[in-house]
Amino acid sequence: MQPNDLERIARQIRLRDLQAVVEAGAGHIGGEMSAIDILTALYFRVLRVWPDQPKHPERDRFVLSKGHVALALYVTLAKRGFLPEAEISTFLKPHSRLNGHPNCTKVPGVETNTGPLGHGLPVAVGMAKAAKLTGASYHTYVMTGDGEMQEGSNWEAISSAAQFGLNNLTLVIDHNRFQQGAALKDTNNLAPFPPKLAAFGWDVTEINGNAMDEIVPALEKRGARPHCIVAHTNKGHGISFMQDTVDWHHKVPNAEQYRIALAELSEAI
Amino acid sequence: MNAVTNPARLHDCRDAFVATLERLGAENPRIVAVCNDSVGSSKLGGFKAKFPDRLVNVGIAEQNMVGVGAGLANGGLLPFVCGASCFLTGRSLEQIKADIAYSNANVKLVGISAGMAYGELGPTHHSTEDFAWTRVIPNLAVIAPCDSVETAAAVEWAAAHEGPVFLRLSRVGVPDLLPAGHRFELGRANVLRDGDAVTLIANGTLTHRMLKAAELLAADGIEARVLNMATVRPIDVAAIVAAAEATGCILTAEEHSVYGGLGSAIAEVVVDHAPVPMKILGVPGIFVPTGSAEFLLDEFGMSPAGVAEAAKALIARKRRG
Repeated sequence: MQPNDLERIARQIRLRDLQAVVEAGAGHIGGEMSAIDILTALYFRVLRVWPDQPKHPERDRFVLSKGHVALALYVTLAKRGFLPEAEISTFLKPHSRLNGHPNCTKVPGVETNTGPLGHGLPVAVGMAKAAKLTGASYHTYVMTGDGEMQEGSNWEAISSAAQFGLNNLTLVIDHNRFQQGAALKDTNNLAPFPPKLAAFGWDVTEINGNAMDEIVPALEKRGARPHCIVAHTNKGHGISFMQDTVDWHHKVPNAEQYRIALAELSEAI
Repeated sequence: MNAVTNPARLHDCRDAFVATLERLGAENPRIVAVCNDSVGSSKLGGFKAKFPDRLVNVGIAEQNMVGVGAGLANGGLLPFVCGASCFLTGRSLEQIKADIAYSNANVKLVGISAGMAYGELGPTHHSTEDFAWTRVIPNLAVIAPCDSVETAAAVEWAAAHEGPVFLRLSRVGVPDLLPAGHRFELGRANVLRDGDAVTLIANGTLTHRMLKAAELLAADGIEARVLNMATVRPIDVAAIVAAAEATGCILTAEEHSVYGGLGSAIAEVVVDHAPVPMKILGVPGIFVPTGSAEFLLDEFGMSPAGVAEAAKALIARKRRG
């Protein structure tokens, strides 16, 4: 699949995500838009997965640690064939298996339950360590938010990944520079991330996380150490009025905003 | 007064735990041990010597330890995640909830030196809240074996069981109570002694004290039923209802706060199914003074004589109606 195809798929996922947020009247649209290009590259190019065998032992693992953008994962999984695309319309509805945070016991393709922040990376370290112990060839990917890196458990995991020599682990930090309440820099500014990860013994690559031709090679990079991709992204990417505004962490577009957003995303397709 | 009659016959249940783990580990290469620098206190030195690659020590980082355990299970391994119960449960409760129980990860959590086993080290190192914290989490089996026989049986059961388990162990010596070859059944209490005046229910380090108390009561002509109830979740409803109906009152004792533990779990059943007078013995909701576990249990009325006295008062309440 070529970068142009991936960009087209990413736009389709953005459009479905936007529609679902409006239909459900809730969601975390800003962080979904920032992460969708990376999710698309993972599921349509990089990950070795079999949607009809979601528990295949040799499948690559992906953990969405920033579980609040579950909708973006659901839309991506549905488009990749893990669940019916029509089911997206049940998002947040009573008894839907698609609640606000992903549930691995109900949704095929979800590896572990996330929602509370700082959980995905330790679990991903365990997955990668298991592959080292069993000789399995799968690769483990995990995506965190940049604000999420304020959770101390992540740094416990980062340290142990280096200690265990987990060169089969890739961490993607979705560095959209905003957390729920404010900008990262005005809250607890961990940026710049690269020297911190390097100090813990990781390889680090900085990319534009909304540019497919930078995302794919970074995800496919292999080395001798655990790999962190610091993905510089835009919160709300693809929808002009949402970009880089803290308000759009979990706001829902009104009718006029929805019309504009639909037009922008549709035009791009 | 101390419950112990023959100290030479007391066993540290950690020994039965690691002996069983090492035996199962030789048969099943999927078994791994995960710890937080607690190789010594979890007695994992033998496991490490036998299977050096399968001892995953994450260092002093309990949140990471539990998350790593979930990931190892996702990768097809069978992790026994070991740490002092106070840190394993208290520090990583959210990981236990989200990564293990809610995710249905096939992980066995082993809380070592639970209750007041760390004695004089004080309340930071005591784990007298862990029943309360863990038993409210759905999909998590909570088990506190009473002796080395039951510990070995519970470890064997846990390894064969597909799903999350919290095994709560002490380091305080206890005599063997259950017969060799005993098989553990989740949610099934064992009747260790029968009687009709009162039922004494306990688990862990308290079961043998209950038996001793029953002997003291028998000397006064009072026959007590004694139940060993290792499983706190799922609780054995049938055994509790049968005890309430047969003896008309229930006394519980545990190395845990009186709030939210075994006694509370039993009281929930009693209130719902068979209301009878009850007395819950345990740590009375305080940060305890300095002392060994044995001293503190006696101090809080859980010596055999203390239990017998509380049982007599409870029986009097029952008779008053």
